[in-house]
Amino acid sequence: MRPVSYARATSVAEAIAALRAHPDAAFLAGGTTEIDLLRLDVVRPNALVDINALPLSRIEDLADGGLRIGALARMSDVAEAPAVVERFPMLMQALLLGASAQLRNMATIGGNLLQRVRCSYFRDVASPCNKREPGTGCSALDGINRGHAVLGTSDHCIATHPSDLAVALIALDAVVRTEGPRGARAFPIDEFFLLPRDTPHLEHPTEHGELVVAVDVPAAPIARRSLYAKVRDRESYEFALASVAAAMDVQGGVIRAARVALGGVATKPWRARRAEQILVGAPAQRDTYARAAREELASARPRQLNAFKVELAQRAIVRALETLAETGGPQ
Amino acid sequence: MTATIGAPVERVEGRAKVTGAARYTAEIAADRLAYAVLVGARVASGRVSSIDTRAAEHAPGVLAVLTHLNLARVAAVPNLFPSLFGRAAPGETFFPMQTDVVHYAGQPVAMVIASSLERAQHAATLLRIEYESAPPITTVEQGRTRAYEPSRIFGGLIPGRTVRGDVEAALARAELRIDATFRMAANHHNPIEPSATTAFWEDGRLMLHDATQGITATQMTVAAFLGLSPADVRVRTQFVGGGFGCKAMIWPHVTLAALAARHVGRPVRLALTREQMFTSCGHREEQEQRVVLGATRDGRLTAIRHHKLSPTSEFDDWAEPSLGSSELAYSCPNYEGVYRLFRSNTMTPTFTRGPGESTGMFALECAMDELASALGIDPLELRLRNHADADPSGKPWSSKSLKECYQLGADRFGWAQRNPAPRSQGDGRWLIGSGVATATYPVPALPHLQAQRARARLYADGSAIVECATQEFGTGAATAMAQVAADTLGIPFERVRFVYGDTDLPNSAAAVGSAGAGMLSSAVYAATSALRDQLVQLAIADAESPLHGAEPAAVDVKDGRLTRRDQPDRSEAYGDLLQRHSMRDAEAVGTWIPTGWDTGYAMTTFGVQFAEVAVDAELGLVRVRRLLGVFAPGRVLNPRTARSQLMGGMLWGLGQALLEGTLMDVRTGRCGLVLF
Repeated sequence: MRPVSYARATSVAEAIAALRAHPDAAFLAGGTTEIDLLRLDVVRPNALVDINALPLSRIEDLADGGLRIGALARMSDVAEAPAVVERFPMLMQALLLGASAQLRNMATIGGNLLQRVRCSYFRDVASPCNKREPGTGCSALDGINRGHAVLGTSDHCIATHPSDLAVALIALDAVVRTEGPRGARAFPIDEFFLLPRDTPHLEHPTEHGELVVAVDVPAAPIARRSLYAKVRDRESYEFALASVAAAMDVQGGVIRAARVALGGVATKPWRARRAEQILVGAPAQRDTYARAAREELASARPRQLNAFKVELAQRAIVRALETLAETGGPQ
Repeated sequence: MTATIGAPVERVEGRAKVTGAARYTAEIAADRLAYAVLVGARVASGRVSSIDTRAAEHAPGVLAVLTHLNLARVAAVPNLFPSLFGRAAPGETFFPMQTDVVHYAGQPVAMVIASSLERAQHAATLLRIEYESAPPITTVEQGRTRAYEPSRIFGGLIPGRTVRGDVEAALARAELRIDATFRMAANHHNPIEPSATTAFWEDGRLMLHDATQGITATQMTVAAFLGLSPADVRVRTQFVGGGFGCKAMIWPHVTLAALAARHVGRPVRLALTREQMFTSCGHREEQEQRVVLGATRDGRLTAIRHHKLSPTSEFDDWAEPSLGSSELAYSCPNYEGVYRLFRSNTMTPTFTRGPGESTGMFALECAMDELASALGIDPLELRLRNHADADPSGKPWSSKSLKECYQLGADRFGWAQRNPAPRSQGDGRWLIGSGVATATYPVPALPHLQAQRARARLYADGSAIVECATQEFGTGAATAMAQVAADTLGIPFERVRFVYGDTDLPNSAAAVGSAGAGMLSSAVYAATSALRDQLVQLAIADAESPLHGAEPAAVDVKDGRLTRRDQPDRSEAYGDLLQRHSMRDAEAVGTWIPTGWDTGYAMTTFGVQFAEVAVDAELGLVRVRRLLGVFAPGRVLNPRTARSQLMGGMLWGLGQALLEGTLMDVRTGRCGLVLF
């Protein structure tokens, strides 16, 4: 383990200032991934600024009926919050289907959004990886890539974004709030995650020293009938092969509105806007769902071992929408 | 007092384990303890062309950087021989860091020793190691054309080819043939406790703490590598956090820890990382098995051909014995089992839970199901029709209750109520299927097994200690041995302390091959029987004893007393007898020589497993709803710990069938990349 200094910040301003003073410093929140990566020599900060003491863990109602979730709120606390359970069941499910009970008790909402990819080659310092060491190449393109992405990939990186939570948040049009050297900023969550393109080492539009302070989830009556479905090899302690966050408003057999986002198959939490376009105004039936799923995956670029995900993601979308139509989703 | 053998006694070490009081190898404290970190080769084939150690050597806290250029040479590399036999038991006949050659990825090429673990880890990242590498061979697909038939495998214990009758002719005549090929991934054990060794030298004697399934095997192996007398190597380990076979043999890191401690003149702890557990202590090899069955129309097996192809290391002929079960699981006159190996850039494979049985029975039993389907016979009925009433040589079984297992299992599972037609049973979106398979496991009745010893001591207050050089790696052995001792001496279970975890105690073999409880309990029984007999003799020769003159066979021991069976009023406590003779205690050593092959009986454990499995065909999900196992393993010493063992085995099978498999990057020959 590399030598690293440690300091505990007591205010947001102090935390930001501490990072600005050290170009190679990093914030430390729940530490459930960061410490692993530190020990693996994948991330190499020379200073850690512990932000756990900052007052950023509240879950508050917004005036419009939405929620503001503090960046340091723990996954387990958010999953249990009555407002989340009632208004955003897909969010609750995404949280509870992610990680493990132990990790959920430690991991924070901000850290979840900022978590790094699970690509074996990213985590293995002996392997070339454009994300870890730009310009060295992507070992996953022709390597063990069963878990890798089929959407949003590039010739430089095909690592899947691992978060479940972010998939639900992207379906809910969440906004990521930050504070940093340039003051307070707000990013629509879709813009908070960058596609790898030819710069896979750049994952977020934030700059050094910019701290995620909250995630706003705007009011969405449609989300009261929503779900998060996660397909994986085993029932727990496992990342998604494909996952779907979905909400649907059906009236008189016709889909009036729909939210669909995908996880486990893309390099960023994937809002399925093409699928949504096809769904809205169409009859709520399997054919519609299948067509929406097919068109959404039309741009997929599979590799040798993950080709199945193109079909699996479509089936997962159909299953999620069928389940919503049958049950209205868990209320 | 009732007998404790066969009672579900709780683990004696359970509280210590769940409260953290039990100390494992990497937790042993020592003054001036230093920490060694292994650096594994990043290539799988070739040689180390240069190592720049300067930056590492100058890093804070670094005591030494050892490579093939400056590590002491080992005295000898002993032959590969399983650790049941009382000899050195290296996991492979290759010792790293003696030359620049690299045989497999992860092979240790350097070792950094520092005053703290973190400093050693950091210094290890400062090493600059260059390699000349050649394309590696690591998978069955790559090695298929290079295969050869070894004369023997498994440390020389098992022939590469076993033939009975004439399979070719029988298959030609068979009314029905099934030909099926099965591919199985490599598996790594990964017990909860990664392997670790703490080593220090004390007055010229090497003291080791080692996460091992056999402290005596560690002692003999390290002594052989270092050219030491076993008397100069002492291994002390009570608790081991699981092994599943990866701690059954003694791998290079153990001896490297001793060499490191000698080099720096301080105690050294070497704990493998989780990633290093994929390249340091063996694995179940990837394998391809082909089963060809010949049968009559009424479902009688006439031929079994079972072939296996698998990679081994560049230096040892090792395959797990996957074909042994097919030889005897069913009555069949013609059998042919053939192993084929190819050299690959992996370390030598090793025992992995159900070593051979789990893969071999998987293949055989899948083929049996294919046969049942082709014949239109119920799978359970097919197995009954081919029940082996004797072993292939005609010897009777020492015990066999397989038919009872089938019956009990079928009743409890509700086998008769199932609809065998495919896709006939469902639950919502789930299709529900069920299956059955026979289980077998050999009893290692091999020639030349080492004598097992234990020492028993009874104090005048009626308490006893029983000592044995074994270790507790999660099986419940310490509990079961106290049960055996209590019943044999006729004292309460609570008065027996089983003392273990030190090679200075009487010898026992490593706990491998599911033979630990059987071998150990025989030694404990021998020691406590000898002690009891000694006390009986003392009493009946003593004119002042109420048992004076009794026939030894007429004396019972119970509740801490000696009693004439025919005259229960003629009785005295052990304590009274010992005190009258001014004895603080009485002591005996018992020896049990394991039986060889010539017992007149064939010995194998049989059982059956049933599974109910749900499949979501649209999403490709497989979820196991029920597993039921019924086993006839002989005399059960403790049903609570035995049940845990059986459940553990079933869960391993579940994982092996559905989820587990070590991924190999064929380009680099590296596996076990950081996946968690």
